[in-house]
Amino acid sequence: MENLRSFTITIEKAVPEREVIVQTIYLDHISGTPLHPQVKEAMTGYIQGNFGNPISQHKIGDAAMEALETAREKVANLINAKASEIVFASGGSESVNHAIKGAAFAAGEKKRHIITSNIEHQSVQKSLRMLMKHGFRVTSLPVDRYGLVDPGEVEKAISDDTILVTIMRANNEIGTLEPIAEIGKITRTRGITFHTDAVASIGVLPFDVDELGVDLASLAANQFYGPPGVGALYIRSKTRIMPLIDGGIQENNQRAGTQNMIGIVGMGKAAELAKKEMPARTEHVLRLKRAFTDRLKTIEDITFHGHPELCLPHLLSFAVHYVEGESMVLMLDEKNVCLSTRSACASGSLRASHVLIATGVDYAAAQGTLIFSCGIMNTIEEMDTAFDVLKDSIAFLRNMSPLYRKKRDKDREEK
Amino acid sequence: MQYSETVMEHFRNPHNVGRIENPDGVGEVGNPVCGDMMTITIKVKDNKIDDVKFETFGCGAAIAVSSMVTDMAKGKTVEEAMNITNKSVAEHLGGLPQNKLHCSNLGADALHRAIQDYLDRKEGRVRRREDEPVEHVTAHEGHCYCPYCDMDLEEEAPYCIRCGKPTLIHYHD
Repeated sequence: MENLRSFTITIEKAVPEREVIVQTIYLDHISGTPLHPQVKEAMTGYIQGNFGNPISQHKIGDAAMEALETAREKVANLINAKASEIVFASGGSESVNHAIKGAAFAAGEKKRHIITSNIEHQSVQKSLRMLMKHGFRVTSLPVDRYGLVDPGEVEKAISDDTILVTIMRANNEIGTLEPIAEIGKITRTRGITFHTDAVASIGVLPFDVDELGVDLASLAANQFYGPPGVGALYIRSKTRIMPLIDGGIQENNQRAGTQNMIGIVGMGKAAELAKKEMPARTEHVLRLKRAFTDRLKTIEDITFHGHPELCLPHLLSFAVHYVEGESMVLMLDEKNVCLSTRSACASGSLRASHVLIATGVDYAAAQGTLIFSCGIMNTIEEMDTAFDVLKDSIAFLRNMSPLYRKKRDKDREEK
Repeated sequence: MQYSETVMEHFRNPHNVGRIENPDGVGEVGNPVCGDMMTITIKVKDNKIDDVKFETFGCGAAIAVSSMVTDMAKGKTVEEAMNITNKSVAEHLGGLPQNKLHCSNLGADALHRAIQDYLDRKEGRVRRREDEPVEHVTAHEGHCYCPYCDMDLEEEAPYCIRCGKPTLIHYHD
């Protein structure tokens, strides 16, 4: 890994009269990672001289096509796929929509059943709800208290008309890693298409489409230091799937429309770096997460969510009892520490997280949950600063919480 | 930032935090299920709100609302304080985001309950139990919600009442 402290993350507020640059400690990588300096270089390099449409039959088009195919090769290499099996898209959500709706509508009139889990991302859940409106049946499997799906339950749920199983690789709120390889064995034996939403894990952990036995896998560049708004869907050759966007012949007829070339070039570079640096990155973020976890354990009434071992190396989800998540996030932001309280995709929502409720967390603890997700640019010193800020914020908010007061009154009575 | 500067000011430095010892009235609303819970205690002297304090479990808006509503009530007569509306609390805060307007309801509701509790005690009626369930909870256990803004909807509503988008497809929990 090259020198990652060669730059600090800066946020420029676009206020014309008073331009402020705020230094922050960014611990919300699950919502989107900053650009790797080399990715930025590749993208700015590309934008200087290239504007061609890859399917144009002239030199300018050829140059774009070459850049496109190089990027495709690198993304394929990251997940041990063939380049022809990669379809670029606008991000994780589009890929998930394509995988689920595309597989469902390609299956023919008689096959109407899909299997999923209770802790999937909104893009999976809402795609399935849309399909239910069109007459498809969905079986959503429960998870245990760590968020794990039981492969045996998947097998039991399979019926004669099951088209698709869609279970995520890593949960984006609690980090739990699902037994994809085991489920893949079952779907292969039964001849059922298997999609995994691997957005949170591809580029973070090794991912091999053959070892895992998946037919479809969604990924997004902004989970591994590539740009936002670009992703890809892995489609194993001979998988029955329809395109989501109709039009030209781009992306092997699987996704019409001129490609987001600058984004794709960035994604290619990011994939190459992720593959190369993965062991060093994992070691680094694990060390940071452990340091932060150790500090957190010194605060009373904090509980950790997700599986202690089968977990994304950079993500930690925990409930701070007696306080509410959004108020903590706001208070931390005031002191320039960025964390999130739930999936970014659900930030506007006031509901308690469906993932936490599915793992048996009670409503109050779900509302008081924070998601810490560190990255390769963070330092061990930042863990200290972030922790101190968090500790003060918790004390401040608990001091005004009626739930905390009741707890203290109860403690006093017991004494 | 989705909040006004006034909201952030009250959030950073909330006024009237705490709980009055031996209060004349207690008002408790909300529930952790919907993410907000508020307790307001009041002391009444010569028919005026002599002191008022709050404790809140909730988002930034809920904390700012608690701070503002207690500021507004302080020094007012019981009748005047009873007339503080959710709308006026939100207005004093320079507005609240659409999906946080229910927090301002919580603030005025807690205050009104505290005053009602004071009036009940004065009349010798039995005071409310602290863990009595409140209506606010039901608003968030609806079955349908808007696919665009997550607003709870009536089963057959053709349009979302918050964002105005047509909602031909209803998403169920």
